[in-house]
Amino acid sequence: MIHRAPHYLLYLNVLVIATCGLIYELLAGTLASYLLGDSVTQFSLVIGVYLSALGIGSWLSKYVDSGVARTFIEIEIALALVGGLSAPLLFLAFAQITWFRIALFGSVVLIGTLVGLELPLLMRILKDHLDFRELVARVLTFDYIGALLASVLFPILLVPRLGLVRTSLLFGILNAVVGLWGTYLLRPLLNSRGLASLRGRSFLVMGILAVAFIKADTFTTWTEQLILENPVVYSTQSPFQRIVITKNREHFQLHLNGHLQFNSRDEYRYHEALVHPVMTSAESPRNILVLGGGDGLAVREVLRYPDVQSVTLVDLDPAITELATNFEPLAELNRRALSDPRVTVVNRDAFVWISEDDSVFDAAIVDFPDPGSYSIGKLYSTRFFGLMRKRLKDTATISVQCTSPLVAPKSYWCILNTLSASGYDVAPYRASVPTFGVWGFALASPTPLAGPDEDTVEQRLPQNLQFLDVTTIGSLFQMPSDIVPLESEPNRLNDQILVRLYEEEWSLGG
Amino acid sequence: MEFGRLSLSRRELLALVAGVPLAGLVGCGRHGRLSFEGELLSPDFATGHRLRDGWQPPEPTQPPTRHRVVIVGAGMAGLAAAWRLKKNDVEDVVVLELSDSPGGTALSGSRDGFRFPWGAHYVPVPMTENVELLSLFEEMDVVVGRDDAGKPIVDEQYLCRDPEERVFSEVWDAGLFPTTGATQDDLDQAERFRLEMNEWAARRDRRGRRYFAIPIAQATDERTVLDLDTLSMATWMTERGFDSKRLRWLVDYSCRDDYGLTIEQTSAWAGIFYFASRLIGDGTESQAVITWPEGNGRIVDYLASQTPGLRCSHAVCSIQQDSGGVTVRAFDTAAEKTLDFQANRLIFAAPQFLAPRLIRGWPQANRSVKQLQYGAWTVANVHLSDRPQEEDGMMCWDNVIMDSHSLGYVTSTHQLGSDYGPTVLTWYRPLLDNDPRVSRTELMRLTWDDWATVVVSDLKRAHPDIDPLVRRIDVMRWGHAMIQPRIGLVTSRELSLARQPLGRIHFAGTDLSGVALMEEAFFHGVRAADEAMDG
Repeated sequence: MIHRAPHYLLYLNVLVIATCGLIYELLAGTLASYLLGDSVTQFSLVIGVYLSALGIGSWLSKYVDSGVARTFIEIEIALALVGGLSAPLLFLAFAQITWFRIALFGSVVLIGTLVGLELPLLMRILKDHLDFRELVARVLTFDYIGALLASVLFPILLVPRLGLVRTSLLFGILNAVVGLWGTYLLRPLLNSRGLASLRGRSFLVMGILAVAFIKADTFTTWTEQLILENPVVYSTQSPFQRIVITKNREHFQLHLNGHLQFNSRDEYRYHEALVHPVMTSAESPRNILVLGGGDGLAVREVLRYPDVQSVTLVDLDPAITELATNFEPLAELNRRALSDPRVTVVNRDAFVWISEDDSVFDAAIVDFPDPGSYSIGKLYSTRFFGLMRKRLKDTATISVQCTSPLVAPKSYWCILNTLSASGYDVAPYRASVPTFGVWGFALASPTPLAGPDEDTVEQRLPQNLQFLDVTTIGSLFQMPSDIVPLESEPNRLNDQILVRLYEEEWSLGG
Repeated sequence: MEFGRLSLSRRELLALVAGVPLAGLVGCGRHGRLSFEGELLSPDFATGHRLRDGWQPPEPTQPPTRHRVVIVGAGMAGLAAAWRLKKNDVEDVVVLELSDSPGGTALSGSRDGFRFPWGAHYVPVPMTENVELLSLFEEMDVVVGRDDAGKPIVDEQYLCRDPEERVFSEVWDAGLFPTTGATQDDLDQAERFRLEMNEWAARRDRRGRRYFAIPIAQATDERTVLDLDTLSMATWMTERGFDSKRLRWLVDYSCRDDYGLTIEQTSAWAGIFYFASRLIGDGTESQAVITWPEGNGRIVDYLASQTPGLRCSHAVCSIQQDSGGVTVRAFDTAAEKTLDFQANRLIFAAPQFLAPRLIRGWPQANRSVKQLQYGAWTVANVHLSDRPQEEDGMMCWDNVIMDSHSLGYVTSTHQLGSDYGPTVLTWYRPLLDNDPRVSRTELMRLTWDDWATVVVSDLKRAHPDIDPLVRRIDVMRWGHAMIQPRIGLVTSRELSLARQPLGRIHFAGTDLSGVALMEEAFFHGVRAADEAMDG
């Protein structure tokens, strides 16, 4: 008889299912805020939807007439499967942003409903064996203890040690254990017919989740999580590159082919340094060319200037510009720059585009990835800078991101020497970006660069910059004594010494 | 007869067809079995063969037109001759070309916005001594200046873009020497070979001439060097202790690439010439390579634009000289009528094997061109909807597959700086039979299906996923693609006699050098034009 079972075992049951229920809710909330940003909104939406689904479950429990114990066990098995696989499946859904919300809230409603069914059914099972007053007090006490346990364990132990995927799988297994255990604990209430099937299914679900738990390391995103230190919240393979976004606390990071492109924590330093020296030195910059920089962050800085009439953004990969437009945290970070009517996005190889197009620009911002391969190295060649010259007004200035002058000094100066050999007047400058260290840039112009004119800078420099003001913008050009010019051949299309220098230097220092 | 060889290549082909998984090739294309389209092309040999077989054109209906110079053939040599004449204000020139477009084996094509070569596709940067060719390149804005040492500066866009070349054995290796899996001995021999070639490049004879120069006419005629023409490259390598399989493969590849011959078939002189003529001799690397998406078709198009007297689709039927000049009879295959041209001088810039058939009174001239043999080649242009997956690295300009009968492919879009998306690959394969007539028979017998299968199977060795990317393959069959520098040809009396004028007829063409090079064709064109003006 059931009343022979020790009472603490029953309360342990309550504790476990309560913990599981809250863990699933926390997982959904965390994933939503990773991917969709704005954690306050995401968490309150997930909690609200989850609680109302609990209500749906509780309400539905009244329609369970007979076989209450069996239904309870069936629900445990279902919850084990749905809840346990929720995080891995939502990770997979990341690749398709539009489907993610549907998958997210679908699973929250489903899990909430199943969890909502659990306690009413359990209480109905126990009501014949306990005093009602006692029952309500005990069950709800253990329910709330479980919730406390989950909310403490989740951030302190589970996410750091197991990660989201394994946490989800582990609690799925616990749910299945409760189901299996129930077949013994509640044996007197169960019809012996179908008992083997219940136990079989419990074992099957436990097996599936256990295999997934062991194999979680081979899950691509999981591996990337380990490599990239921070949890992966988005990943996709475009025809051109692997795009991964990771997130820690409030900040997220974009990686292309495993190379960190920016961290939302300090990208403003990089992008302000990249853009404002050009915009304050070019003669009336109205039509601006941005090469690379499909993340839209350089464009965001350009659009701070009210005189700007057009921005042409040329980026090879439509997946990146798509992400910058529709991936909420990034669109928010670039202030929806790519949706601005002044911005035209061109998804072409800049090398091919620059020799085909014939428009002329007042300023250009060159924000290509580092020259780690020949297909990028060509974009730092005398030929490319020569072709770009034809797209520029004589009075135009350009800025070029030039990798780290400390880690890769030969590469840095090779890019500057290449600009000089292509007929530009060049000024080196640098900025400190905590994520990258000291980062190098070049300011260049087809005609001799005028020295910094503080009045013009003061007049033009937008308000509310986080990093630069009139004084600091000038100090970027004062190079410290450990960054000194190095002689090199220019990087030519037929002899890309830059790619070899870069490989050499970053394999040593990177 | 060489039937052993013939059946071998036939067998090889059948094995290929049988061995290829048909899954990727089955489709409902125009040609049934293959899932993509294409055409089997040939230079216009129909009229040529009709003339060879005794066909005579109708009598002309108009009196002959008179010209100062008539040039037969608008390949590189004929166009160079016309260019040289025009430079010297000789404007009254007619160039007669059998085919409907100029260029000969430097022909190029275009389709769907792509341009690609059908034959010759690059020129090493000429050395300072090659004054005439440099002046053409200056005129074309390919050479844009001189450095402090007087060496030509080539506009960056025309120099082959990095990464230039790679070779596939089990993996792709940069450069043409397959280093993956090479032993220390392989590497040592390759280094010793490089040093020896550099030494050959550095040597000068008593008159200060290079041992191996381009044009060859500027090189030494000393016996010690010319004696290399009496043995094969294979024998020479064995004698010098070069037995590394990989090094011998590389040299064999080079000979097949430039001459359409194996190292056993190539004269040692020509084998060494391939390497030494492109080295300055100061230990620096080979001369950089100038190339265009359409290959040497760019030079052809430029020269043709400078040649108002160019007449294509004109099959020359006979050349007859008397005391007053030279009369050329040609059949205009487009208008289907016969025309006579009278010229003060004639430049014969067609392949030498045609001379006995076209020049009246050849037997009395007391010369022969029997020793001049021309190899057969297949060139395929493979249109891809996208690039194959690359594990590591990227498609180069020149992509060679080790231990393949083909020479691999060049990427026509490489020079445009394009690294993604659709492209056209130009695939080359010389036919290597000892008797080139066997190759020509084989060449004409194989169908488009056969060739397309061979091309795809070959490319699949390096790119297993290429099948579904192929949109189209066009195949060009060149019966007489290249003069073959077999043992003894370059130094033969027959060849030196062939370079001499015959009355008012001056000869041009790369075959007169015994090797098929743009620079040699150009040199002979210019030389023949100078001779014609002197006369």
